[in-house]
Amino acid sequence: MYRVRLWSVRNARWLHGCYTLLENILVRLNPLWEAIGYERVGRVFALIEKPIKGFLFDSKSCGQCSLGSTGMACPMNCPKTLRNGPCGGVRSDGTCEIDAEMICVWITAWEGSQRINNGEEAIQIIQPPVDARLQGSSAWLKMLRDKVRGKKGVVDSAI
Amino acid sequence: MQFEDEPIAGENLPILPGHASPGRLERILRSGVFAVTAEIAPPDSADPHEVYERASLFDGYVDAINATDGSGGNCHMSSVGMSALLTRRGYSMVMQISARDRNRIAMQGDVLGASAMGVSNILCLTGDGVQSGDHPQAKPVFDMDCMTTLEMLRGMRDRGQFLSGRKISHPPPVFLGAAANPFAPPFDYRPLRLAKKIAAGAQFIQTQYCFDLVMFKRYMAKVRDMGLHEKVFILVGVGPLASARSAQWIRNNVAGVHIPDSIIERLAGADDQAQEGVDICVEMIQQIREIPGVHGIHLMAYKQEKRVAEIITRAGVLDGRRPWHPGMYDASDAEENRAGLRSQQ
Repeated sequence: MYRVRLWSVRNARWLHGCYTLLENILVRLNPLWEAIGYERVGRVFALIEKPIKGFLFDSKSCGQCSLGSTGMACPMNCPKTLRNGPCGGVRSDGTCEIDAEMICVWITAWEGSQRINNGEEAIQIIQPPVDARLQGSSAWLKMLRDKVRGKKGVVDSAI
Repeated sequence: MQFEDEPIAGENLPILPGHASPGRLERILRSGVFAVTAEIAPPDSADPHEVYERASLFDGYVDAINATDGSGGNCHMSSVGMSALLTRRGYSMVMQISARDRNRIAMQGDVLGASAMGVSNILCLTGDGVQSGDHPQAKPVFDMDCMTTLEMLRGMRDRGQFLSGRKISHPPPVFLGAAANPFAPPFDYRPLRLAKKIAAGAQFIQTQYCFDLVMFKRYMAKVRDMGLHEKVFILVGVGPLASARSAQWIRNNVAGVHIPDSIIERLAGADDQAQEGVDICVEMIQQIREIPGVHGIHLMAYKQEKRVAEIITRAGVLDGRRPWHPGMYDASDAEENRAGLRSQQ
């Protein structure tokens, strides 16, 4: 919902805190997820993730969350699905070029990033193009697996 | 202006050490002269002569020509087609490539094809939405954005790899550009966005129309503070407004164009509004030139291409320099140059 989405950006600081906490817990519990099997876990995660993120952020379940780098504003709500900043078409009143009823996702993302520690550095990270295969899958699982792989020396930049 | 190692028209210059491309535009910019680029809208036609005619209006006044890619979401001849036609005549082309209509497979293929045909400059754009054009029913692609496109093309050029990691046997030597709009919110983020584009691979920037010098100077001050003007060549977008009414229309209907009231009032008060539009453009160019960190202008004279020569001449930005054009080309001179170069080697 549009209004909840804006509320989430206004509350980006503690929401981001919760997110980081959740992230750490999920990583800590990795042996458990590994034992159950990532595939099975991913299906359960996706089931939980979709309604929560859908409600709070109007998440589009792209499966590769960048909320932490975008001020807790889901960039997939941008009609051009831009993940690296605002296009040049933002209207002077801050509304979207394509949907005049909506404040540019990136204006809210920029505001949100100011509320998060190191948000300004995070928003400058170049997000890779979307992997269309991950649509609908669990971004939490992807984050978890990237982090675990990162600890083993493979670099990646998930949330 | 001709270089000593001028090739036969349609063939590229040798790539100098430290240069990314064999093109004229990169040479001009790196030589430190104030550069002039202009944009042509590709025709709604399959006739190459329409393209040649449009380009010839700029002969001797511009260093490179941008071929727009379905600008405003409207269908025209492709930028690849137009760039290839004009490159073969020796023009330096900036091929615009928008993420709106193609996915990563098509974009990379087009860049390889264009580069094979001699195109040396690529301007990476996100693209306007389809809703503003003549095919609002179309499916917008946006598989990439301007940032990821820059990174992808840099990877093709410098690492010799497709985005997939697969090897390219002869990487495309392209000079990479991006757009910037200092006149759209969020204003305090815009310089950071420029920094991000540079980090992604942008080597030159062409901005949206500048009609508001106060706003632009504020932007450039931040750009200089961040040292960005030393990492990228900045060409500022300018253009003549045809009348107060058309300015009003552009302001309300063209995404991202900011025209202050003072400009519209000045146009409305003039006897000859089109001439006033040209005068404003000339003054704007002269004042933009004085701003530190600006490397040139990008002239977008939509439907007023015939006035480009007058604008550039009156603005005096070429300082007596005559940019290369096919009429200046003399095959025997180029042959002599080549013979000279060969004997030096």
